[in-house]
Amino acid sequence: MTGTTSAAQHENTPELRGFREVQQLAYACAEAVAGQLRSGVTEREAARMQRVWLRERGVRDWFHLPFAWFGDRTAFSGFKVPLQFFPTDRRLEPGMPFILDMAPVYKGFTADVGYSGCLGLNPLHDKLLADLEAHRELILREVRERRTLREIYEDVERLMTTQGYANRHRAYPFGVIAHKVDRVAERRWSPRLFGFGTQSLKGLISDALHGHRDGWSPLWSPYRFSDHPPQPGLWAVEPHLGFRGTGAKFEEILVVTDSKDPEQSAFWLDDDLPHVRRWAEEKVAA
Amino acid sequence: MNLSQARERYVRTGGVELCVAELGDADRPTVVLVHGYPDSKEVWSEVAVRLAEQWHVVLYDVRGHGRSTAPKPLRGGFTLEKLTDDFLAVIDTVSPDRPVHVVGHDWGSVQSWEFVTVGRTEGRIASFTSMSGPSLDHFGHWIKQRMARPTPRRVGQLLGQGAKSWYVYMLHTPVLPELAWRGPLGKRWPRILERLEKVPAGDYPTASLPDDAAHGAWLYRDNVRARLSKPRPDAYAHAPVQLITPTGDSFLSERLYDGLESWVPTLVRRSLPAKHWVPRTRPDQLSSWISDFVEANESVGGDGVPQQPVPQGPYAQRFGGRLVLVTGAASGIGRATAFAFAEAGARIVAVDRDADGAARTAEMARLIGAPAAWGEAVDVSDEAAMEKLAARVAAEYGIVDVLVNNAGIGLSGSFLETSAEEWKKVLDVNLWGVIHGCRFFGKQMADRGQGGHIVNTASAAAFQPSRALPAYSTSKAAVLMLSECLRAELAEKSIGVSAICPGIVNTNITSTTRFTGVDEAEQDRLRKRTSKLYGRRNFPPEKVADAILRAVVRNQAVVPVTPEARGARLLSRLSPGALRSVARLKPPL
Repeated sequence: MTGTTSAAQHENTPELRGFREVQQLAYACAEAVAGQLRSGVTEREAARMQRVWLRERGVRDWFHLPFAWFGDRTAFSGFKVPLQFFPTDRRLEPGMPFILDMAPVYKGFTADVGYSGCLGLNPLHDKLLADLEAHRELILREVRERRTLREIYEDVERLMTTQGYANRHRAYPFGVIAHKVDRVAERRWSPRLFGFGTQSLKGLISDALHGHRDGWSPLWSPYRFSDHPPQPGLWAVEPHLGFRGTGAKFEEILVVTDSKDPEQSAFWLDDDLPHVRRWAEEKVAA
Repeated sequence: MNLSQARERYVRTGGVELCVAELGDADRPTVVLVHGYPDSKEVWSEVAVRLAEQWHVVLYDVRGHGRSTAPKPLRGGFTLEKLTDDFLAVIDTVSPDRPVHVVGHDWGSVQSWEFVTVGRTEGRIASFTSMSGPSLDHFGHWIKQRMARPTPRRVGQLLGQGAKSWYVYMLHTPVLPELAWRGPLGKRWPRILERLEKVPAGDYPTASLPDDAAHGAWLYRDNVRARLSKPRPDAYAHAPVQLITPTGDSFLSERLYDGLESWVPTLVRRSLPAKHWVPRTRPDQLSSWISDFVEANESVGGDGVPQQPVPQGPYAQRFGGRLVLVTGAASGIGRATAFAFAEAGARIVAVDRDADGAARTAEMARLIGAPAAWGEAVDVSDEAAMEKLAARVAAEYGIVDVLVNNAGIGLSGSFLETSAEEWKKVLDVNLWGVIHGCRFFGKQMADRGQGGHIVNTASAAAFQPSRALPAYSTSKAAVLMLSECLRAELAEKSIGVSAICPGIVNTNITSTTRFTGVDEAEQDRLRKRTSKLYGRRNFPPEKVADAILRAVVRNQAVVPVTPEARGARLLSRLSPGALRSVARLKPPL
């Protein structure tokens, strides 16, 4: 189990370094692919670009294969069945928002990242991205306060409503705002089930079984099974805002430990990420 | 300013003398207003003075009308070619170096279509705003297309427009129209306009009407048959066109403009709930749309595209640029309604007692298409504050075109346990809030006399009795009846009133609803429980907002939204007994 050791050396344990490395790799991929997106590129092509980029850099297994959503699909407009998450032939147009979402496994470490951008100018999308900052702060604060995951979920949703947005992570399977990620055994052959790596699914299911006995769940949802304080470990947190056909999210790893010190009991794995840098730049500009 | 202060001159061309009037700063871009039949340039008096604040406005009497002389002989003197000569002569005089913006109504629009589609005016016209007058060439093709493949729908469209064109056939008979206009019809025309077309009485029509109408008959005789039978195949517009369609026009079907995009590369559509004589009945709206369009086309970038994008979407042509005020706009249905209007390009005033929420709604509204939006912190139950708000809105933003009285609070619990204080509170917001809104803003609308619309948010509880919601249902039933009465009264002012009756909608009204006769803990539990139930029902406020926009467009009286509300409405008429038995059930909380 990761993240349950003592807090003080946390920053530098080789484990966390491994996770940080793969998360950096995934965000580098997102930025590289986003930089190559042009008008007319389809979601399938964008998903493929991510896959190729990461394969070339040694990624062999996945928590899930890369997703790409363009236009109103970033807000999951009209999504009824999970199959609609898979990339389509929707083409990117100027001003359209997009989201790249990928979860590579690298040297046995898993990352799950979400990158929101748009092709050209879109002030509304900028606003959504800027408003995500409050959610990152809210989640960390309440996890440190050891509120139950369900309560935190409701508070995030309430903040979204106040901001005038719809909660779109509710559209994910089980309506999750986050899920646990963990180390994955490196196998020569890891088949995929509906885009999800079987090794990672195995880990998630075994967590779910253990958690069920102990009263917690690796899925952070609005339901009763999330009515427990944050469980130590690594959580890929993905608040997702939607506003009338425009969606934006970030996804990154939150480390939860059993430390008594609030500062060390929970922290974001890495603050050097595109969305965090962007907020800092905006503050400097303002 | 009025038309009598205009600078007048005469332009001599093709054997006639045209009376040309100019208003406003001659260094500003020129807007030329072309009148229709049976009118003279005075039909534009209201619009012209409004436009003159910003533009160089030019009006002229078409040959044979007003103080322009008539060609001799009349027959053959009114062809579109000659009218184009006149137009060129006028603009060469008033704006020799700069292209002009043309605005045409009725026959003025018919001839302006000719101006904007013939080669010799290319480069002389910067934009064209058309109202109630199609191009005869496009009309000819429209008829031919429908004759060539007469599907039932197309036959219906042909017959519909054919019936509306009765006066065109009359005008083709010899002598009789002239006799009628110079005789009884000319005398009664002002009354007819007032009664049937709701044109306000005043200095219009002018004394020259009988002669204008008699001469103008030749507009039809010289052009209609010739053009409709042999429409030009190349009648493409070489300037951007703004088409303003009055939806209540008795002479022209809206269907006439189907497929206009194939003739006009840059077309902006607007629609207006009004009858034919919009320059008389809706001068404010027209001048603001004309000004916006002129401005957009004056500031075109190098690529010829206006810098301000025009909002798209199903309601954009109806609500673009209009002023919409929504109360209770910081959350729920009010916020969704403000956003829906914003997406259609309306200017938004978001009113709520939650100042931050209202400001937030305004901020987001601007991001999704509202050209302007403001948040106002006002409690709708406060009469003095509402009166002040009405005065401030009128002074700073203008007269409200659409008013949505939406603010409301919930109160649940048995009648016997509801205190007088609680009753007062719910009636103050839910009923008095609506009354204040209608009194102050409705009065401004009525005084302006250019139409408008009021939407009041009632509820399915207005016709579904319930032991759990006596006070709330009473307040909403009152709102429903108020809306119906007001609708009857304001109909003559062309102001529509709609009552929206949503059922169970997923908004935060449940988390602020007061439950009577229980302690705080139970209060909290009930709020959470109802919020959960409403969340599970999950009917989004956006759908109610959509119903509100539709109700305004269609001028519907009572609009139940959600299946349960429609069912209750139906039962309340078919079998109220069934509703009464439902009312006795205790809600499962």
